[in-house]
Amino acid sequence: MLIPCPWCGDREDIEFKYGGSADVAYPRDADAVDDATWARFVFFRPNPKGQMTERWVHTAGCRRWFTLVRDTVTHQITTA
Amino acid sequence: MSRLASGGRIDRTRPIQFSFNGTPYRGYEGDNLASALLANDVRVVANSVTYGRPRGVFSAGVEEPNALVQVGNDTMLRATQVGLVDGLEAIGLNGRGRLSLEPDGHRYDKVYAHCEVLVIGGGRAGITAALEAGQTGDRVILVDEQAEFGGRLLGAGWNDWLETSLGALRSPPDVRLLTRATAFGHYDQNLVLIAQRLPNGGRLWQARAKRVVLATGAHERPLIFANNDRPGIMLAGAARAYVNRYGVAPGKRAVIFTNNDSTDALAGDLKRAGISVEAIVDVRAGEAVLDTFPSPAGGGGQGGGLGGVTIAPLTGGGSRREVECDLLCVSGGFNPTLHLFSQAQGRLRYDQALACFVPDAAPPNVEVVGAAAGDLGGRGQGTIMPYWVVPSDGQDWSTHFVDLERDVTVADVRRALSTGMRSVEHVKRFTTIGTGSDQGKTAGINETAIIATQLGQPVGAVGVTTFRPPYVPVSFGLMAGRNRGDLFEPIRLTAMHPWHVAHGAVFENVGQWKRPWYFPRHDEDIETAVLRECRAAREGVAVMDASTLGKIDIQGPDAVEFLNRMYTNAFDTLKIGSCRYGLMCKVDGMVFDDGVVMHLGPDHWLATTTTGGAAAVLEWMEEWLQTEWTDLRVRLTSVTDHWADVAVVGPRSRDVVRGLFPKLPLDPESFPFMAIRESETAGIPVRLHRITFSGELAYELWTQSWYGLALWEAVMAAGEPFAITPYGTEAMHVLRAEKGYIICGQETDGTVTPQDLGMSWILSKKKAFIGRRSHRRRDTARPDRKQLVGLLPVERDQLLPEGAQLVVEPDGTIPTKMIGHVTSSYRSATLDRTFALAMLQSGRERLGAMVYAPLNGHVVSATVTEPIFYDKENVRRDS
Repeated sequence: MLIPCPWCGDREDIEFKYGGSADVAYPRDADAVDDATWARFVFFRPNPKGQMTERWVHTAGCRRWFTLVRDTVTHQITTA
Repeated sequence: MSRLASGGRIDRTRPIQFSFNGTPYRGYEGDNLASALLANDVRVVANSVTYGRPRGVFSAGVEEPNALVQVGNDTMLRATQVGLVDGLEAIGLNGRGRLSLEPDGHRYDKVYAHCEVLVIGGGRAGITAALEAGQTGDRVILVDEQAEFGGRLLGAGWNDWLETSLGALRSPPDVRLLTRATAFGHYDQNLVLIAQRLPNGGRLWQARAKRVVLATGAHERPLIFANNDRPGIMLAGAARAYVNRYGVAPGKRAVIFTNNDSTDALAGDLKRAGISVEAIVDVRAGEAVLDTFPSPAGGGGQGGGLGGVTIAPLTGGGSRREVECDLLCVSGGFNPTLHLFSQAQGRLRYDQALACFVPDAAPPNVEVVGAAAGDLGGRGQGTIMPYWVVPSDGQDWSTHFVDLERDVTVADVRRALSTGMRSVEHVKRFTTIGTGSDQGKTAGINETAIIATQLGQPVGAVGVTTFRPPYVPVSFGLMAGRNRGDLFEPIRLTAMHPWHVAHGAVFENVGQWKRPWYFPRHDEDIETAVLRECRAAREGVAVMDASTLGKIDIQGPDAVEFLNRMYTNAFDTLKIGSCRYGLMCKVDGMVFDDGVVMHLGPDHWLATTTTGGAAAVLEWMEEWLQTEWTDLRVRLTSVTDHWADVAVVGPRSRDVVRGLFPKLPLDPESFPFMAIRESETAGIPVRLHRITFSGELAYELWTQSWYGLALWEAVMAAGEPFAITPYGTEAMHVLRAEKGYIICGQETDGTVTPQDLGMSWILSKKKAFIGRRSHRRRDTARPDRKQLVGLLPVERDQLLPEGAQLVVEPDGTIPTKMIGHVTSSYRSATLDRTFALAMLQSGRERLGAMVYAPLNGHVVSATVTEPIFYDKENVRRDS
C-alpha cells in the first residue's frame, strides 16, 4: 500500500504505523464518566467494511501523525 | 532420440551434458529440462503424490503439474522451467519434494524499481504495449517469465517481427527488459513483485508502477477423461511448442482430442515433424476419448506410458474403436491468465461464447491486453464447444484426474458435493484442488465447470476460487535476499563493545543490542560467573555497561506538565540536578514502561526507558503530543546512542569514583541518592548520577558516547586496587530481583497494574495521568488479581523455571486451577539459595503460604514471601 504522508508524499506502508480509528475522542473529563462509557472509549473501536477515517504515523520518516480515509476493501486512500 | 534434424530455436552446435535420475543425456543450448528429456525419449519424469502413478511432461510452461524435479537442494521445480546448463543433475520427484536441511547456497538480491508503465508478459500483446509506451519517453519495464521474449510466437514463424520489435525496445534508454522474471504478486496501488531467476540465485524486483499492463496470455486447459494422466498425454499447444520451438518430436504416433479450432494447425506441425496423426477426435463432431490404455510393459521403453486411446461417440453406445498412439494432444480451450488481475482485486465474469472467465471490472491503473483480455484469436480457439468431462462406463470417476499435481479426481469432487458442499472454495479445501505448487493452473476452471454441471448451475454462478500470491513458488531465500546471517537485522553496539569482546564477554541480544551477558573467567560456566559477579557488586565494587538504556531528551516550557500527564507520579517538585524514578501506564491502566527522569535545567529533562522499550516510549509520547495535547510546547529527541553509561556499583564504588573525581564532594550529604553532578576526569566530561538498579550504593557515569570506551577504561584503572569486576545482564537481573525491582516486560505483560506490583505509592492522587481512570474500573480494582510476590523454593537448591505455572494443591487432579506464574527466577549469592518473583492471584494475602509448580514429573514447593529479599530498609542504597 502506498500511503500519502502530508509532509513527505507517497511512501510505502512499511514506513508507517497504524494508529486506529480517528473518530475516537478522548473523554474531556475522564474522571467524570462512568465505567461503561470509559470502557467503550478504551476497548471499543469501529471496524467498518468500506470507508474508514484512520490515524497513521510516519515512523520511519518525519514521525508526524496524520489522518486519512481508507477504503478497507479496496485500500484506496483519500486524504481526510 | 526424438530430436528433429532441423528446426526450432535450439543451437545444435552447442551441446549440453546433463543427467536425469543418474543417467547421462545430451541436450542443446536453448533447451529446458523438459524439452531435453522429451528429446531423449524420457517419458516418465515423476511419480504422482498420492497414487504414485507415472507422470510425464504435460505442458510447456509455468502451468506444469506433472514433471516435478529436484536439482541440487532445490525441490519441486517444474522441468519446463529449468533452463538446461552443463552438468545439470536432476532427479524426478517420487511423490513429495523434500526440503534440504542445508543452508540455501544461492545468492539473492533485491531491486526496487519505479516506472510509469510495467508490462507483464512478453508475447505479442505485451511487446506491442511496451513499444507503444516506450515511444512516450516514459519509464517502461517489460517482464517475461521465459528465457526469451516472444511467448507463443517463439518458433511459430514470427522471428522477423520479434527481432524488429525487440530491437526497437532496446533503443529507448528508459525501457528495461527482464527475462526469466515472473511477476508473482500484484498488490495495492500497483506494487508488483517479480522473481527473476539468475544462474546461481535470483533477484526480487519490487516494482511500483503508475500503470500496469497485464499481457499474461492464456493457459490451455485439458479435457478430462478416464486415465487422462498417462505419460504421453499433453496439452495440444505444448506439443506444438516442443515441435516448433525445441525441435523435438514428443511422440511418434499422435491422436488429437479437442473441442475448439486451436488444434487445426497442430496436425500439420506434427506431420512435418514426422509424427503420424492417427486420429483427430473432436467433441464438436460427436466423438470423445473415453479412456486410455498403457503401452505394453517391456518392449524397450519405460512402462506406464501411453499405449493408445479408446474413442466413443458422445451419445454413449454406438461403436467404439481403439487407436494405438504414444502421444495424445488435448485441448479443452483457453483460460485467460488472470491471477495477477484478481490479486489486484480485478473482477471476472464468465464468457459463455469463449467458455472461459474474462476480465470484467479492472482495478485502477490496470489494463489487460491480448489473450488475457479474452482475445483468443491468437491462440486460434475459434469456435468452441464447452466441454469438460467425458463420462466413462459404470460411473467410475476414480481415474478422471482434475488436478494432476494433487492427484485429485472427479470422484473426489463428486464426494465433496455429496457431503453438501456447494461453494467452490469449500470444494477446493476438501479436495485440495489448486493447492499444489502449480496452484491448479490447469485444474481450477475445470473444477468450477464440474461443480456447475453437477449442481445444474451456470459456470459463472459457481465462480472461481480466490487467487492469491504467489503466482509461482518463490523461495524463502529470494524473499530474504541479503538479510540473512549477520545482515538479518541491524546490530547495535555500545562504545565499550571492543573492551567487552577483548575481555571474553558472552553476549546476549537485547532487541538489536549486543549486551554482555556475563564475563566468564577461565572456564567458568554461567552460574559460577554470575554468582561471582553478584558477590563483587554486593561486597566490593562491580561495573556494568548500561549504555543501551533508552534515552529521550525532553525540552520545552511545558515539559513538566507533559511529564506529569505521562508518568503516574509527579515531577513538578523535582529540582534541577535531581532525578526520580517514574512509571508509565497505558490508557487501560496497565504498566507500560519505567525509567529514571532527570531534571537537567530550565525546561530541559531527560527520560530513560527500558532498553527494549525506547522506540515504543518515544512513539507513545509523540502520539500524545501530536494528537491530544497539541497545546503543550514540548520537543522530544531520541538520544539513546548519544550517551555512554558506566554503572559503578557496590559498597566500594565511592572509592573508585573518588579516584576519578578527587575534587568532587561525594559524601552522602553533598551528593545524595538521586542527585546529578557534572564533572570531568582525564579530560572526559562526565555527568554523574546516584542511581541504583542493584540496591547498592552506585553511580552511573554518563559521557558522550565517543568518550565511552575511554571512560570505561579509566573506571577499570581506578577500580583495579578494589578488584573492580565487570558484570553483565544476568548478574544485573539477579541483583535487581533480590531488591524486588521489576523489569517491564518480565514481571509485566500488558495485564499488570501498578497496584498489582505493590507500587500504589507511585500513583499520584493530585494530578491526572494516563491510565488513572482505568484503575477505578471494577475489574482493574478487583482484589483477587495477580499480584507480585516473592517465592522461596523449599529446597534451597531448586531453581523454578521462569514461566512455571503455580497451583494451590501439590497433588491436585488435572485440570487444576492455575493461580499464577513465575516471572523471574535465579540463584542468589547473597541469599545462598534460589529465589523467584511471581505474579500470584491474591498474592499479598498468601504471604507465608505454600504454592506448587507442577513440572514434568515432579512438583516444586515454594513459600510465598514479600517480593523484596535484600536490604528492605534501603540502608545500603542511601549510604
